[in-house]
Amino acid sequence: MSSAPAKPADLVTVNIDGKEIAVPKGTNVIEAAKLVGVEIPHYCYHPKLSIVGNCRMCLIEMGMPAVDPATKAPVMDAATGKQKINWIPRPQIGCGTNASPGLHVKTSSPMAREAREGVTEFLLINHPLDCPICDQAGECKLQEHSTAYGRGYSRFIEQKNVKPKRTQLGPRVTLDDERCILCSRCIRFSKEIAKDDVLGFIDRGSYSTLTCYPGKQLENNYSLNTVDICPVGALTSTDFRFKMRVWFLKQTPSIDTESSVGVNTEVWSREGVLYRITPRRNDAVNDTWLADSGRMLYKQVKADDRLLAPAIGGNSTGGDMALKAAADLLKAGSVAVVSSGRSSLEEQFLTKKLADALKTQASLVSRVGQGDRLLISSDRNPNVRGALVTGLISALPSQKLAGLAADIDAGKVKTVISVGEDLTAAGLTAAQLAKVSVIYLGTHNNATSAAAKVVIPTLTVFEKSGSFVNQQFRLQKFAKAVPGPAGVNDDLVTLAELVAAAGGGILPFALGQLWTQIAAETKVLAGLSHAALPATGHLLDASAWAGLPFCEGETLHFKPAAVPAAVNA
Amino acid sequence: MTAIVELWNSLHPMLQAVIKGLAVIGVIFPLGGASSLVERKVSAWMQGRPGPNRALPFWVAWVPGISLLQRLGVFHLLADGGKMFFKEDSLPGHVNKFYFLLAPVVAMIPALTTVTAVPLGAYVDEAGRVVPLILANVDIGLLAVFAVSSLGVYALILAGWASNSKYPFLGGVRASAQLISYELSMTLSVIPVFLWINVPGGEGTLSLAKAVEFQSQPGFLGGMWFIFIMPIAAIVFLVSLFAETNRLPFDMAEGEADLVGGFHTEYGAMKWGLFFVAEYAHMMIGSAVFILLFFGGWNPLPWIPLSLVVGWLGAVSPVLTHPIIVGLLSLGIFVGKVLFMIFVFMWVRWTVPRFRYDQVMKMGWQKLLPLAIGNLLFYAAAIAIRDLQLGVAYWAALAVVTVAATWAIFANPLQKPAL
Amino acid sequence: MAYVVERKSLSLSERLYLPQIVAGMKVTLKHLFKPNVTLEYPDVRPAIPPGYRGVPTLVKDPNGREKCVSCQLCEFVCPPKAIRITPGEVPANQPDRAHVEKGPQAFDIDMLRCIYCGLCQEVCPEEAIFLQNTFSMTGYTRAEMVNDKAKLYELGGTLPDQHFKWDKKKAAEERGNPHH
Ligand code: SF4
Ligand code: SF4
Ligand code: SF4
Ligand code: FES
Repeated sequence: MSSAPAKPADLVTVNIDGKEIAVPKGTNVIEAAKLVGVEIPHYCYHPKLSIVGNCRMCLIEMGMPAVDPATKAPVMDAATGKQKINWIPRPQIGCGTNASPGLHVKTSSPMAREAREGVTEFLLINHPLDCPICDQAGECKLQEHSTAYGRGYSRFIEQKNVKPKRTQLGPRVTLDDERCILCSRCIRFSKEIAKDDVLGFIDRGSYSTLTCYPGKQLENNYSLNTVDICPVGALTSTDFRFKMRVWFLKQTPSIDTESSVGVNTEVWSREGVLYRITPRRNDAVNDTWLADSGRMLYKQVKADDRLLAPAIGGNSTGGDMALKAAADLLKAGSVAVVSSGRSSLEEQFLTKKLADALKTQASLVSRVGQGDRLLISSDRNPNVRGALVTGLISALPSQKLAGLAADIDAGKVKTVISVGEDLTAAGLTAAQLAKVSVIYLGTHNNATSAAAKVVIPTLTVFEKSGSFVNQQFRLQKFAKAVPGPAGVNDDLVTLAELVAAAGGGILPFALGQLWTQIAAETKVLAGLSHAALPATGHLLDASAWAGLPFCEGETLHFKPAAVPAAVNA
Repeated sequence: MTAIVELWNSLHPMLQAVIKGLAVIGVIFPLGGASSLVERKVSAWMQGRPGPNRALPFWVAWVPGISLLQRLGVFHLLADGGKMFFKEDSLPGHVNKFYFLLAPVVAMIPALTTVTAVPLGAYVDEAGRVVPLILANVDIGLLAVFAVSSLGVYALILAGWASNSKYPFLGGVRASAQLISYELSMTLSVIPVFLWINVPGGEGTLSLAKAVEFQSQPGFLGGMWFIFIMPIAAIVFLVSLFAETNRLPFDMAEGEADLVGGFHTEYGAMKWGLFFVAEYAHMMIGSAVFILLFFGGWNPLPWIPLSLVVGWLGAVSPVLTHPIIVGLLSLGIFVGKVLFMIFVFMWVRWTVPRFRYDQVMKMGWQKLLPLAIGNLLFYAAAIAIRDLQLGVAYWAALAVVTVAATWAIFANPLQKPAL
Repeated sequence: MAYVVERKSLSLSERLYLPQIVAGMKVTLKHLFKPNVTLEYPDVRPAIPPGYRGVPTLVKDPNGREKCVSCQLCEFVCPPKAIRITPGEVPANQPDRAHVEKGPQAFDIDMLRCIYCGLCQEVCPEEAIFLQNTFSMTGYTRAEMVNDKAKLYELGGTLPDQHFKWDKKKAAEERGNPHH
């Protein structure tokens, strides 16, 4: 929910189940009721989509204070001494009713209850008894509402409808038409948010069926959001389908590392195995959406090319040996540090300490792609601004390490330590890499790890805790969802040991202590700590970097250029 | 017959002793093992189980009818023995090795030694005298048995102490305290028997054979077993016997519920087996003494002494009065009685739960000891009245005093409930 | 609240204790001659009463088809976490089971963990898992004590089924939407 307090003039007072509450004008009854802690069940209403009012689940009883038609004077109720309420004799939908002054709502009057029971019974008439095999079971609104607001038994003895059960709507979405309750959320999402209007209903009545327009597929990069918002199990993720029941999964808040948007995510895991990634609502960053590409990132954790053991010269070895070999190389001097915009803020802080200890300036590789104006920005590093904040870099990075290449050619550099960056991809040739000793800290095999003298494996974002600074200069934290591979140290431990080896002193590697030091040494982070960071993040004062020409274009909640970032909150 | 006797007499006394010793070992050991099997079977039957009945060596499986032995568990006895001999005999690292190894040996010595002073039967020689079958017919009989069998407790104490471990130590301490407590009552309970036997002017004796002889006299009082003459003494003796042999309900020294295994917790294999055999040997000796003192020894029934039976046999055929046949007969009767006593031991064990240790102490010192003393006083007075022929008035006075004392002890409303 | 239990004071015979012992010995003597109550187990097998909760097994329907749809409810409800299921999709080209869609790829019950509580049977919406008559599960290794899917079906066999749910589903699927 947007936290900006509305001006008093915009507030209207409504009465929900006898409780008075002042809500901003334009708030509908479902949201207003939520504010007083009353749940009005609903299917088709979604806070980020337009309102169509076609499921009829949110029926409530509603009334307005009575006024004398002639005099406009309030009609008083003699019994209570209060203004009389004119209750509307038929139930109204809560989603399509906006708060107006004096509005009275009963959410659980006999009429409202009966209306819900009726709607639920209709919805269940043709709904298959699929719960044992349905992936939505456990997070299905129909299940929940049937339990809470349904009749509890079935009077339907006729044959249920039969509809297609395994339609591939697109490469990532499978549709079970029998389960669809025709709320049209998916249709509205495709049209309004993804701007890819491919879904629609055909036929009428109980034969209505959701399909794609002929010749089209639901294949945009946001298609899996329809699965999230589908209140029942009609739309399912082909990837997650039949993999695991949701009640076994543990949720861990995380951040999407695809781009500098910093989409808030929820990572679902069971016993150290990741199963899926879904968006986490943050109205200032990503609303309730997440790109499909960001949902597949969990696969890198168990990828075949994952680095699992430290290596010296290509032969795997123990962690201590690799650290010692790296320390020896660092002590020999003439070291260049290549840092990463994918490292967390904490790692960048330690990388900065490493560069300082080695008396060099770290370089950073920028990654630029096409922005989609929604939740993927053109800056494909999640944390370039973190590097600016920690002082790891002072100017915006470039895509190629031209300066480093020149230094290697000139023989000024004998050792390159890369914190998670593929140097070949960043423009160094194999010949240049062969001239120097490379220390590679990374998660996966690549040309650099193959050429490296010392390889120290690190953790993916799902296996560690930390924080990123997104394009709005919003500091957001992520947490460890699963344990890392056996024998792989936490990145902060590795970096702290390298700093110590380079003569930079003993630094803390536990998040809490490290943050004490980070907050003490970094002006814009003063007074902050990782533990106390709110789930929706914390906007930093970005004025120091206002003049920099960041590459991002507009995204969902970000406008580039002259407008200071804080205004977009 | 005489040839055998002559051959025997011509042997060196040392050799004689060795042969006698081996005979004792050869009899007691298997008997101990057999008792263990009987114990398992009796307990099983009392608990509605079949008990051990599986073992059957495959090379005898073809013998017809062998399955009866199998179901009686006879081969378990062999298997147990074999296991005992061949399993690893571990020696814990923390024990006092010398005493640890000594303890089982010490346990066996009194168990085997006392057998020598116990008459096992009798035969009637040509002169018509009843001669007891005994390895060492010493006149101090009972005293010897008591003296040597009390040494048995040293084995328990030694084992408990040498094990150098908590529970064995507690077990040893319990065993010694218990032994001291009940030794007194036991000894006091047999004194009336010998007061009765040793009539004034006669030759003084503590011989167990004499006690049997005394119960074999003709006449109503003469043929009466001591269990009838002095039942209280018999009960005190029996209870003390249970306590002395560490049998349930008095097996405080082992008490597996509170002391794991008590004094033999650290023992295994044959060392443990020796304790086991010693326990059964004690039981057998104790039963034998009890039978000799109170149950008429080798006399088949009260008022029907062995010599009477021999007379009847002689009437049938003179061959049957041959000393060997009579000896075997008396031995059979005696051993039968002893085996029954052992059964009683087991019967009690599988009926009565173990006492608490404080109850054991209380019973020994506060109940049995006063009872034994009172019993002794009563019979001392009675014997005096009998021997001095003081007359009816004295008998009446004794009866009054006894009834009054009994009332004071048992029916006194001021007394707290016992145990 | 603390309260005092009055002890009945003992009668004379109780205090003497010997009569009590004799009474007890009478009881044990009676038992000595009574027939045994135990079964000689491996030779004589007990009659299993109906409703017995033995080793949990998976059963097939009378058509020999797998009933379990790997809903994982039993895995969820199992108190000692003895059940492990890897769900999987039933391919659309499997004629008699295609309409089932989902079935277990792997189904392991760790009999070293199972406490024979029967909750899995209770919770199963498909009547696919039953605690049947097998009461003795032994093995030399831990791995042997884990019943996999094949073993579970071997133990379970086929039970009569009143519902024929999948047959009905199949019939409906073949009939299609009658209004078209
Ligand atoms: S598929 Fe789901 S989201 Fe779409 S209309 Fe049906 S129920 Fe609604
Ligand atoms: S056995 Fe039953 S409860 Fe368990 S997964 Fe299969 S269908 Fe579900
Ligand atoms: S019987 Fe109970 S413990 Fe065993 S598998 Fe079923 S639910 Fe788990
Ligand atoms: S939520 Fe209001 S009609 Fe669907």
